[in-house]
Amino acid sequence: MKSLTIGEKISRFLINWFFLTIVWIAFTTTFATQELLTGIFVTALISFFTIPLFTCCTLKILAPKRVFYMLYYLIVFTRELIKSNLDVARRVLTPSLPINPGIVEFKSNLKTDYSKMVLANSITLTPGTLSIDIIGDTFYIHWIDVKTTDPEKAYTEIAETFEKILLKIFD
Amino acid sequence: MTIYQTIGGILILIGAVFLFLGGLGIYRMPDIYNRLQAGTKATTLGAMSLILGVGVVKMEDDWTWMVKMAIIVIFIAFSNPISSHALARAMYHRKKYPYIKDNKEGMDAYRKVMEKEEERKKKK
Amino acid sequence: MVTIFYITIVLIALGMIFAIIRFIKGPTAGDRTVALDTMTTLMVALLVLLSAVFDRIIYVDVALIYGVLGFIGVIVVARYLEGAL
Repeated sequence: MKSLTIGEKISRFLINWFFLTIVWIAFTTTFATQELLTGIFVTALISFFTIPLFTCCTLKILAPKRVFYMLYYLIVFTRELIKSNLDVARRVLTPSLPINPGIVEFKSNLKTDYSKMVLANSITLTPGTLSIDIIGDTFYIHWIDVKTTDPEKAYTEIAETFEKILLKIFD
Repeated sequence: MTIYQTIGGILILIGAVFLFLGGLGIYRMPDIYNRLQAGTKATTLGAMSLILGVGVVKMEDDWTWMVKMAIIVIFIAFSNPISSHALARAMYHRKKYPYIKDNKEGMDAYRKVMEKEEERKKKK
Repeated sequence: MVTIFYITIVLIALGMIFAIIRFIKGPTAGDRTVALDTMTTLMVALLVLLSAVFDRIIYVDVALIYGVLGFIGVIVVARYLEGAL
């Protein structure tokens, strides 16, 4: 793992602290003073000791443009999730089981590990695809109804819509 | 019935139907990867929809329900794909190759990677 | 509202029965773990529904902890099957 500069460390610490405090308030569901003070202290301690582990993002992620694209990603993702469920329902309920499974590969343009993780999770929840492994830039996807085994066509078919938005959020 | 109860009830029923389909999919599909596909997708949306429905029904009296439901929904949306991905990878490493119709060539792009890795292990 | 709760519980129970059949039949350990994973998610949904039926918000925490432990269990079994443990 490459060593971090002091600026990156502080930025990462602050963003982790911010998110953990939000989670604390959501768990306790109260704004009483003693609860808030305990929460702020405990979350500061946790985020200080996990600086090398939580590599998700720095303070840049809170820029308005990125937040807007996050909300847009959420809408696109919800639409794909509902589509994929109707697809699964159709396949399960048809008596003859219309499937043609196989494994395809494609290359992705994402740089950071965290964005690759988000893309793999999204692919798992979209119609007919399940991510099996990521080696470097290459994704291996189990596809329930293989339309093409060509990597570039598979990329346009599976990942393009998500990746365009993820590039704007994380890079 | 108030408006909250109507919307929440519809969400709960949709969730229940998808959860049932998830169980049925696990039973009907031919091999482990297809079972994972049916199980993960259907139960994820089913559980999310049902839990949000409960939150909407209870939101009329108490807003804290909705916050807790939101935590569970976010947790399910992150954890379900990760566990299914870990299982699929583990089963491939145990040489349970996927079911492919008519044994066509070139449908399994991951296999050549696995074979290379096997050779590297043998050399050691 | 009570009717909706009854219908939901029956549907979830039917799904659970199919998952249990797969859990008993499943030819390999992987199939059994897939069934276990599905059963965990079904159980989380059922626990949340029961907390709404009994109208106690504290029961929701039980569902959350059950979800976390089931997730960790599935990950541990998967790592073991892979040969990494």
